[in-house]
Amino acid sequence: MTSENLVYLIALPLFSSALLMLLGRKADKWGHIFATLISASTFVIGAMEFFAMIDRPEASRAVTQKLFTWISVGTFNVDAGLLLDQLSIAFVLLITGVGTLIHVYSIAYMSHDKDRRRFFAYLNFFIAAMLLLVLGDSYLNLYVGWEGVGLASYLLIGFWNQKPEYATAAKKAFVANRVGDFGLSVAVMIAFANFGAVSFIGIEEKVGGASETALTAMGLMLLLAAVGKSAQFPLQAWLGDAMAGPTPVSALIHAATMVTAGVYLITRSNFIFDNAPTAQLAVVIVGTITLLFGAIIGMAKDDIKKALAASTMSQIGYMIMASGFGPAGYAFAIMHLLTHGFFKAGMFLGAGSVMHGMNDEVNMRRYGGLAKFMPITSITFGLGYLAIIGVPPFAGFYSKDKIIETAFNAGGLQGVLFGSAALLGAVITAFYMTRLMLMTFFGNKRWAQGSEPHESPFLMWAPMAVLAVGSVASGYLLYSGKAIVKWLAPVVDKNQHEHTEFLPPIVVTTLAVVAVIIGVSIAFIKYRGDLSESAPSEVSIFTRVIRRDLLQDDANEFLFMRPGQKLTQLLVKTDESVIDGAVRAVGSSALGSARGMRKLQTGYVRNYALLILIGALVALLAALAVTI
Amino acid sequence: MNPTNYLYLSAILFSIGAVGVIVRKNAIVVFMCIELMLNAANLAFVTFAKINGNLEGQVMAFFTMVVAACEVVVGLAIIVTIFRSRRSASVDDASLLSR
Repeated sequence: MTSENLVYLIALPLFSSALLMLLGRKADKWGHIFATLISASTFVIGAMEFFAMIDRPEASRAVTQKLFTWISVGTFNVDAGLLLDQLSIAFVLLITGVGTLIHVYSIAYMSHDKDRRRFFAYLNFFIAAMLLLVLGDSYLNLYVGWEGVGLASYLLIGFWNQKPEYATAAKKAFVANRVGDFGLSVAVMIAFANFGAVSFIGIEEKVGGASETALTAMGLMLLLAAVGKSAQFPLQAWLGDAMAGPTPVSALIHAATMVTAGVYLITRSNFIFDNAPTAQLAVVIVGTITLLFGAIIGMAKDDIKKALAASTMSQIGYMIMASGFGPAGYAFAIMHLLTHGFFKAGMFLGAGSVMHGMNDEVNMRRYGGLAKFMPITSITFGLGYLAIIGVPPFAGFYSKDKIIETAFNAGGLQGVLFGSAALLGAVITAFYMTRLMLMTFFGNKRWAQGSEPHESPFLMWAPMAVLAVGSVASGYLLYSGKAIVKWLAPVVDKNQHEHTEFLPPIVVTTLAVVAVIIGVSIAFIKYRGDLSESAPSEVSIFTRVIRRDLLQDDANEFLFMRPGQKLTQLLVKTDESVIDGAVRAVGSSALGSARGMRKLQTGYVRNYALLILIGALVALLAALAVTI
Repeated sequence: MNPTNYLYLSAILFSIGAVGVIVRKNAIVVFMCIELMLNAANLAFVTFAKINGNLEGQVMAFFTMVVAACEVVVGLAIIVTIFRSRRSASVDDASLLSR
């Protein structure tokens, strides 16, 4: 089926973004409202498409739209085309829905910023790029959106680029993302070389005839792309610093949508990964490492936003891991992605609300006892908290429980290993989130001088409330009657695999709940009651390592930055001595010989006369010699 | 008289003229030395005409005299102009090249 409306999803926010940027200060008065309305209208279009899709029979739910012929070389044709199927619509609704809520929130949050219009222009640009990413019908179209969200992320992290460290954070995110983008571009090239096509449908048709080596290579390159964009190990270091951006940006881009693009990429490329078991195993391993890595970092963070960022990294690790389990896991990866979109965005907005009331203080050691002063924030945040740690029947319980179950079901030693890692991650998640809750909303007041915490305005708490409702209900809604699994099956599980069960679901659920109880109890024992205003300094080596983000920056510095700088210095020296040296030698030899030759030109007539005479004599002698 | 002696005289005159051109500073003297060299050449021409018994050398001498006359006109004009502008007829002073 084709549709004419898909393009508006992208064109509207793109147009609005361009308009706000081109009009400049003239649009200051109404820019934020305009951008929010545009974002809401994309949500309306998305919802209309969604309801139309439900009404159609399962086989014809996907709709396409060809925009124009982009590249046409010989037999190779790439259309700029859009594809809206069961997978993309989930993302469209998440992006436009959460995006609109965050637009609303930002109206109030950014009201004191004189560049609010520019902020909204970037936000709309992000919405357009992200929608292009999930709607593109080929890897090449996806790539355009992929780069677009990278740019939007860069612009928004560095939104307050008057502070040099914020600008550096933006640069760091951009560079780390470039490494991943390299992977995506190589994957596109592999696809072109092996299949002669770059569109999802075109590749899927020919995937049977490809060698497993090519599929594995492409899968690994796609994984590299996902690792960069989704802040997975080993390219995870940028996400913590990305919290330099305004909090709504952290909520939208670095929690709910952009960083989950890697999960989308892997799920979308299911036809590649399902035929490349090695690549799948790599996906699972990366996900497992990251889910533990992020969770461990989260345990020692005192900066509320960085703690949430570490948690995001960890939760995306869960999603990546699930997507590595193939058809059994894709649906749960997407389900966790959606529920995570609700509760994590809600918690980030809650953190923004706390910062709003505490003069932009981010250190949780200077919070405490805020529940009384910010009742709505603490309740919405609390609901998100219950969702993320996986307390039944909140959203995170369903999605995370299913991922743990899928991990165990992988079977054998691997299944036990990955399942246990996921369970351990759940314990740690419960621990650090409880710690965050206790330090922020309960305990003694450790506020800085002059802090007067107050509840945020309606425009800020309303989106938080909506997201809190999502944190409560989305898990049940998505999972009741296996709705999400059945919905996504035509895209990610065409052959309707039978999934084996390693442990009965009830056992896994019990284990997951026990894990949560353990994590929460440890945190309660350690963090209940009064805390000091600064982090304890007499701590074990482990704590110190964790406070340094498990040495991720040190490792990057040691492995890449220093050798890179050495290489650059070497190249600069080579350039200066060899290449510049050769050029300078040519110049100075010309100069030197000219200096010598110049002595002949004295300006005295007699010298010239003498030379003429000598010349004449030489000519004469030569003539004589010839004659004789 | 052996005509070869005239050739010796011619060579001596030419050498005197050449040395004069190279070592003297006064433009007028240099100029006179050039005339000396021209006339040394003329003497050689005439002598060769005598030795070979034809008139070609004699004719060449007339050409040389015409050229010398023209050269004197132009050369003296240049020297006078230089003298007017620099108050000196020294050929070394006329050098404008920096070193």
